[in-house]
Amino acid sequence: MNKPLPNTFRQGPDARGRFGQFGGRFVAETLMPLILEVEAAYEAAKRDPEFDREWRYLLTHYVGRPSPLWLAERLTAHLGGAKVYFKREELNHTGAHKINAVLGQILLAKRMGKTRIIAETGAGQHGVATATACALFDLPCTVFMGATDVERQQPNVFRMKLLGAEVVPVTSGAATLKDAMNEALRHWVANVADTYYCIGTVAGPHPYPAMVRDFQSVIGIETREQILAAEGRLPDALVCAVGGGSSAMGLFHPFLDDEGVAMYGVEAAGRGVDTEEHAASINRGQPGVLHGNRTYLLQDRHGQIIEAHSISAGLDYPGIGPEHSWLHEAGRVTYVTATDDEALAAFQLCSKLEGIIPALESAHGLAEVIKRAPTMQKDGIIVLNLSGRGDKDIFTVAHHLGVKL
Amino acid sequence: MNRPQQASRIAAKFAELKAAGRGALVTYLQGYDPDPATSLALLRGLPGAGADLIEVGVPFTDPMADGPSIQRAALRALKAGATLAGVLALVRDFRKEDSTTPIVLMGYYNPILAYGTERFCTDAAASGVDGLIVVDVPPEEADEIEPLTRAAGLDLIRLVAPTTDEARLPRVLAATSGFIYYVSITGITGTKSASSASLAEAVPRLRKHTELPIAIGFGIRTPAQAAEAAKLADGAVVGTALVDTLAASLDEQGRARPETVRLVLDQVRGLAEAIRQS
Repeated sequence: MNKPLPNTFRQGPDARGRFGQFGGRFVAETLMPLILEVEAAYEAAKRDPEFDREWRYLLTHYVGRPSPLWLAERLTAHLGGAKVYFKREELNHTGAHKINAVLGQILLAKRMGKTRIIAETGAGQHGVATATACALFDLPCTVFMGATDVERQQPNVFRMKLLGAEVVPVTSGAATLKDAMNEALRHWVANVADTYYCIGTVAGPHPYPAMVRDFQSVIGIETREQILAAEGRLPDALVCAVGGGSSAMGLFHPFLDDEGVAMYGVEAAGRGVDTEEHAASINRGQPGVLHGNRTYLLQDRHGQIIEAHSISAGLDYPGIGPEHSWLHEAGRVTYVTATDDEALAAFQLCSKLEGIIPALESAHGLAEVIKRAPTMQKDGIIVLNLSGRGDKDIFTVAHHLGVKL
Repeated sequence: MNRPQQASRIAAKFAELKAAGRGALVTYLQGYDPDPATSLALLRGLPGAGADLIEVGVPFTDPMADGPSIQRAALRALKAGATLAGVLALVRDFRKEDSTTPIVLMGYYNPILAYGTERFCTDAAASGVDGLIVVDVPPEEADEIEPLTRAAGLDLIRLVAPTTDEARLPRVLAATSGFIYYVSITGITGTKSASSASLAEAVPRLRKHTELPIAIGFGIRTPAQAAEAAKLADGAVVGTALVDTLAASLDEQGRARPETVRLVLDQVRGLAEAIRQS
C-alpha cells in the first residue's frame, strides 16, 4: 500500500499520542489516570499566556537565552567545506539544553499542585537541571540514576547533591539510563498523589514526547531567526546527537517543513554498530514497546531489551523518542552513527580549535559534522546543536586517553 | 486448526467456587524460574496444593510494574533461557495432566510483539492458555490486541487500580473478560499491603460496574490476608510471597535445591487452607 507523504511533518502527534505507528501510551493502569492528568494539565497550560510568559521569563533571566549561534571559523577552515555554526546550548545555565524543558515541566507540576519531583538521568545533565529548578522553586527532588552512571559521572552527582536533590543509585539491569527510567516509573506508580515525574527526553508515554519537544523547540526557533539574520537564508543541514533525542527534536522540529534543510541525527555507535556494544536504536534496532511508547529499540529476537553501550552516558539508552522513529520511516531525517573513538577525536578537536569543550553527547554530532562539512560546498551552511558542555566528561575522556587526573 | 473454547475454564472455575461458597486462590510464579524443570514441577503441583487459578509470569527484562522480587525472578528465568515460546511449551506440558485449572499468562507487550501478536494468540490458545494480562497495554491501546485475543477465545484480563476513577472505570471494565484483577495498592508488586478498610470500600465500588469475578492482587502475602481478600472479593492473587520463598530456597548459584518445590507448594497449601476455612 502506498501511503502519500504528509504535507506537514509538524502536526504530530495525533489524539492518541501517535506519530504514525510510533508513540502511544503503553503504561500500566495504575499510571494511566496520571498520564491523562498530565496531558490535560499540559493542554490547558499551553493555552494560558501567563504560563508561557513565566516560562520565557525564566529562559531569559535564569537560563540566559537566547543562546548564541556561533560561526566556528577555525573548525570551518580546518574542515575546508561548508560553514559550520554551533547552536550553543552548552552556555545555558546548568550547561546543557535540558533546562529548557525542565523549567516548563516544573511550572506545569506547580500548576498541577504536585509537591515533589522525580527524574531519571543518564549523564546527569537532566538530573542537574531538575535539581536546579527544584532548588529554585523549593521543591523536594529525587533523581534516579544508574549505579554505573553514578560512578562515571561523579561531578554531576555531587552537583545534584549540592543543589539539595537526593540521588538514588539504581542497580537493576545494567544500572544505566534505561534502568533509572524503570525505577522512576515504579516510584511514580507508588507516589502518584503528590509526585510529578519530570522526564528528560522526548520519550515515555504521551504527552511527554510532544511536551518535551515543544519546550525544546525554542532551540530551533532561535536558530532559525539567528541564521536568517546572519546569512539571510536557512541552513543546508542540521546535525545533532540522538540518545532519547530531545536536543535533536528541539533543533529539527521548527525546520521539518523546510524542504531544503537536510537533517542528520547521530546515534552512538559505541565500539561499532557491528559489535554488540552500541546504542544505535534506529540503525540496528527494531520497533517495539518500552517505557510507555512504541519506538525503535535494541532488542533480541524474543523481544527482550538489550543493554546499550556508549562512552557517553547521555546516549546510553536502548531506545529513541517515537517522533524520531517516525521521521526515520518517513525519510525526513537521516540517522547516522558515530563511534566512541570518533566522538573522542571530535571532543579534542573542538576543544583545541574553538576553545569549547563539548559534552561527549554533542561530540557525536560533531563527529558527523567533521565527516559531512568537507563534502559540502564552501557556501554551504551546516548547524550543529552543541547541546552540552564537556566539563562533566573530562574524567571519562582522561581515562580513555590514558591520562591520570 | 485451533478453535475458540466452548466454555471458558476461567468462568467455569469461578462458577464452581461460587457454588462451593468460597473465593479463589490465584497463584503467580514466573515461567522458567529458576529453571524449566523446576518451573514445570511447580506448575504441576499447584492445583494439588490448592491453587484454583494459575498465573504464569512471562519474563521480561524491563518489568516496570514489578518490584525487586519479581524483577529478580525475571532475570533468573531469562538466564535459564526463558522465551515466550518456552513458556507456552510449559503450559502445553502442564495441560497433558490437567485440563481444568485455568492458566493466565501475565507479562509485558514487547515479547508478544516480537513473537507476533496474532500468532501468539493462536499458539497460546492452542497450548491451553485461558487468559492474558498484558500489563502495559491499557484500554487506550487495546484495539491492537483485543480482536485477536477474542478471535482466539482468550480472556483479556485487565488491571483496575485505586487510581482508576469512576469516569474511567466503565471504559476499563468494558474491555475486560474472564475476571477483574484489582490492584489493591498504588504501587508495584510486592512492596506494600492494602488496608482492609480500603479493600472493603473498593470491592463494592467495582461491583456496581461489573458482574465479572474480582480478584485482588499486589500486596497479598499471608494466609490471613489471602483469606480476607478472597472473602471480600472472588479471589486473592499471591505472587511475590511465593517468589520470595522460591528465591530463598535456592543455592548460592541461584539453582533449585531438592526442597524448592516442596517449600513453595507448602506455602500454597497454607494459603489455600486459610481461604477454605474462612
